[in-house]
Amino acid sequence: MNGWRDYAAVGLGSALGSVLRYLVSIASLAALGPAFPWGTLVVNLLGSWLIAAFSAYAACRQGGRVARWQPFLVAGFCGGFTTFSLFSLETLYLVESGLPWLALLYVMASVPLWLAAAWLGDRMVRARLAPGRPG
Amino acid sequence: MGGMARLAASRLLARWLGTGFPWGTLAVNLSGALLAGWIAGRLGVPQGLDLSSAWLGLMIGVLGGYTTVSSLSLQTLALWQSGRVSAALSNIGTTCLAGLALAWLGWWLAGGGL
Repeated sequence: MNGWRDYAAVGLGSALGSVLRYLVSIASLAALGPAFPWGTLVVNLLGSWLIAAFSAYAACRQGGRVARWQPFLVAGFCGGFTTFSLFSLETLYLVESGLPWLALLYVMASVPLWLAAAWLGDRMVRARLAPGRPG
Repeated sequence: MGGMARLAASRLLARWLGTGFPWGTLAVNLSGALLAGWIAGRLGVPQGLDLSSAWLGLMIGVLGGYTTVSSLSLQTLALWQSGRVSAALSNIGTTCLAGLALAWLGWWLAGGGL
């Protein structure tokens, strides 16, 4: 896939991911309240796990369905589902509301958890689909 | 729309600066954080779920889709796994520190307090 098809796939995937992100944040606001940005933390963790899982799957099964749909799934859906702008805004908002320690906790917890989620997604898929096995 | 802008920015920067470091994602997240801060300063921060349509469209839709954490995590992990630990750490460190600073700068430029 190249050119306008990439853009169409990424645009569509990103729109879908963004709508789902909004639904997750509404659900987490309703369930856990507005004291801490749980929704963004959850989407960023899920998205990091998912993007690594998709990429590992596509690397192990080249020419497979996930590999063909990669622009839609990876740059599109995962990219639109996760967000850095809202993460920075929420951190800023916590500082502005006089909760700098909570803001620091949010950042210090988020970053290692994002990376751990990506690492886990990569490991889980690679353990299942050892390279070289026929697909 | 945000996602397509992200793709365009990453491709452009990969062509200019090469693919050795994820410049595109870094540029997208930093510019997105600056814009988010600025828009928050202009529109004001909504309370709870009482979101205006401008906030919903611009912030949740366009900028939320434009910036990304999933690519950031994946690319940091890839740098780490290829043995480029310092590149991985500077990628995540620069994104977070500069991103927060730029969000604050945008907020301040739009007339926000602090």
